Amino acid sequence: MQRETPLALVLAGHVDHGKSSLLGRLLHELDLLPTGKADELAKLSERRGVPLEWSFALDSFQAERDQAITLDTTRVRLKTAHRTLVVIDAPGHKELLKNMIGGASAASAALLVLDAQAGAEEQTLRHAYLLKLLGVRELVVAINKMDLIGYSEATFHAREHEVGTALARLALQPRAIVPVSARDGVNLKDRGSLVPWHRGPTLLAALEAIPTPQADRALPLRLPVQDVYRSDTQRAIAGRVESGALAVGDELLFSPSGRSARIAALRAWPHDGPKTVEAGDNAAIVLDRPLVVERGEIASHREHSPKWTSVFDAEVFWLAATPLTPGRELTLQLATRAVGVRVQAIRHRVDVATLELQPATAIAATEVARVTLRAHELVALDDFSALPATGRFVLRDGFVTVGGGIVDASGYPDQHVARAAAANLTPMRHQVTDVERAARMGHAGAVVWLTGLSGAGKSTLAMALERRLFDAGYAAYVLDGDNVRRGLNANLGFSPEDRQENIRRIGEVAALFADAGFICITAFISPYRDDRQRAREATRGGQFLEVHVRADLAVCEARDPKGLYWKARHGEIKGFTGIDSPYEEPDAPELVVDTSQRDIATCVDELFKFVATRSRAN
Amino acid sequence: MGGDRRRVRFWIRLNAGIIAPGFRWALRMSDHLHALEQQSIHVIREAYARLKPLAMLWSLGKDSNTMLWLVRKAFLGQVPFPVILLDTGNEFPEVYAFRDRLLKEWGLDYINAECPSVEETDASLPPAARAAARKTLGLKRLIAARAFRGILLGIRRDEQAIRGKERVFSPRRPDGSWDFRDQPAEFWDQYQTDFPAEVHVRVHPLLAWTELDIWRYVERESIPVCELYFARNGKRFRSLGESDITFPIASNAASIADIIRELEQTRESERAGRAMDHEREDAFERLRAAGYM
Repeated sequence: MQRETPLALVLAGHVDHGKSSLLGRLLHELDLLPTGKADELAKLSERRGVPLEWSFALDSFQAERDQAITLDTTRVRLKTAHRTLVVIDAPGHKELLKNMIGGASAASAALLVLDAQAGAEEQTLRHAYLLKLLGVRELVVAINKMDLIGYSEATFHAREHEVGTALARLALQPRAIVPVSARDGVNLKDRGSLVPWHRGPTLLAALEAIPTPQADRALPLRLPVQDVYRSDTQRAIAGRVESGALAVGDELLFSPSGRSARIAALRAWPHDGPKTVEAGDNAAIVLDRPLVVERGEIASHREHSPKWTSVFDAEVFWLAATPLTPGRELTLQLATRAVGVRVQAIRHRVDVATLELQPATAIAATEVARVTLRAHELVALDDFSALPATGRFVLRDGFVTVGGGIVDASGYPDQHVARAAAANLTPMRHQVTDVERAARMGHAGAVVWLTGLSGAGKSTLAMALERRLFDAGYAAYVLDGDNVRRGLNANLGFSPEDRQENIRRIGEVAALFADAGFICITAFISPYRDDRQRAREATRGGQFLEVHVRADLAVCEARDPKGLYWKARHGEIKGFTGIDSPYEEPDAPELVVDTSQRDIATCVDELFKFVATRSRAN
Repeated sequence: MGGDRRRVRFWIRLNAGIIAPGFRWALRMSDHLHALEQQSIHVIREAYARLKPLAMLWSLGKDSNTMLWLVRKAFLGQVPFPVILLDTGNEFPEVYAFRDRLLKEWGLDYINAECPSVEETDASLPPAARAAARKTLGLKRLIAARAFRGILLGIRRDEQAIRGKERVFSPRRPDGSWDFRDQPAEFWDQYQTDFPAEVHVRVHPLLAWTELDIWRYVERESIPVCELYFARNGKRFRSLGESDITFPIASNAASIADIIRELEQTRESERAGRAMDHEREDAFERLRAAGYM
């Protein structure tokens, strides 16, 4: 008797390799076709003078006459003597990848069908690649149409070797590679006499042997918060345990807010709440103290928490008609969190047939690429390879689902670790107070953070301002590319991550200058709001003065003091702000100085008055 | 952690064959129902979190009653949104009586949506389909009046081939119609809920269940079902619709256990007694494309 949870099996492979015929014949072998259907098909085929076509059985069985509708996924139940398989017949056409992915993501195993005459063609490899990307690890390969190669053992072994090698390159190891003929019904349910040389299982035996996937309770706990239910007396946090398990009394850490509390009780209806909830099950959690928790956070135990980052790499499959390009703004949905992201960079395109990594500036529909994404807020996530449910995401553009992907954040630091480390430090109190420093200097410390496009006039303004302030008796100092890149940041290159780290360090150093009582002027493009916000946060309240040095791109490009725009336009520099990399204007800068409208002397004057006013000693 | 140790001991006894195989089977079956139940609760909670205002169609059949039970599980005994009966006035008297009983017992926020007359439906449809199309119209008007963004429905993939094509979260155009040729990509339980303001989303928490799953779950959870499902004088209703277009099947199944046994053997389709499915080959497809459930 078959009684277990059905195994969801996706049928994948090239469009003409006989997927539907195989499924139709399997239904016949298992006696699942309506009475009389097999005779009807035999007569139909005889009339047409063609060999019996089993795919007709599937089409009429599913009442799929409408051509368009057959293009979406179909689900067929196969009841064998030992278990039930829900076969998801995914479309093989390249342009229907959207539906194929939908079908495959619901499966825990795959049957890859290929034609014994043709072997592993590009579409077969594409499907195999996507199956792997989607996390389907259990695989059986059917080499179909053995009748057309005269059941040749040698040809089968050649195909077996070929597909085995191709899958091995994807680190996929099929449970079995079986020779079959859908037309003759060979080696499906029964071995038959035509493949006496085959030592492996029949197709059905191979499928029945696929283990039912088990949620791994030993993995770290992840519970994405779905909702919070408030009653007069209690708040219950609702969510599904995606991995691991939780129990009453456990301390939960919510990421990325960093709040934590203990589980006071688990609720349920109509029975009393359980003491533990394991992977796959929904929980309703009452905490031991009131805590602001919102949909989108991920609950974990304090040890083995998810990574906190706003930048990460991902392998993305793209489905939209308009290509994926750097700078594109999208919505990322990961577990229950939705957050705006920008495509920071395309690292490479993956040729799914050859696995070659190709440089690319745009990714078209059905292509797969590795990209760097930058979220507008801190996100809690995991590497897909470690915890799939919190390491995969969907990308949307407005109302359209445009792609999906899996996270590889291995190259990026965990902000949680950095914050936790900082939290463990006990600041030493200086014996000299801020007031004493300000009295000695005659002014309070400050960071004057100039931001703007290359050529907007930041460095010119910074140096002129330093002169003015110094002459007026202020302790002022400029940090710019020259004095920072040579020493402090000599180990950093120009990758996005290094640029970010460059700005982070400058922010920290500037904050120390301000703390020491200096007016520290920085002159860096610093195109990202996140980075500038972080520099602001490094500084004590009121000391950070963000100045937007504004000039139109056209003006800056015409000035081009270092010849950089010319190089960027001619492809000699990649990722140049304003050309092929974005500049995020400040939301609410303390001051805007427009250098395209006014001359430098006027701008310096304005800046000087502003800084003098803001750094007046109290 | 005493519970864990007990569980481990239990598994050892189970696998050592100390516990009877029949019980072993029941356990695995309940694993399957448990997995379906948890998946449905997740979908229901997701719909409630993301589609506001939300409502549920409650046809009073076994499926929608199972769904209502799952809603109560999801929200710890509450039903935090209205339940709607698309009332043609032609339900069986037993169905109305069943409704009145549950309304009293469960304290539901209930909307009785009266459906427009048959004269207002698409005249090119066959008669039984036209009778069914009254519900489509009734739903359309209710959604327009109450501005519901999400509607929970208890349909299943195994009922009907066209329903097999459905998404869990299925957007409907402003006229209520279903664009089955270009459905959103749906993967990894990452359901799409953001659509233009005039679009509403049909949410299908029971899509993966089969008719047998429903009955086994009804039995396990003791969910109330209408008496018409049980055989009287050699006949019972396998699927409940309006009294004018729904017919009983020959059956002696008088209890849930009987029904389960009957279904384990049958090759007849569940909706064999629903006239609207059989008048014309594409009748059901047309009904659904136009917004039928």
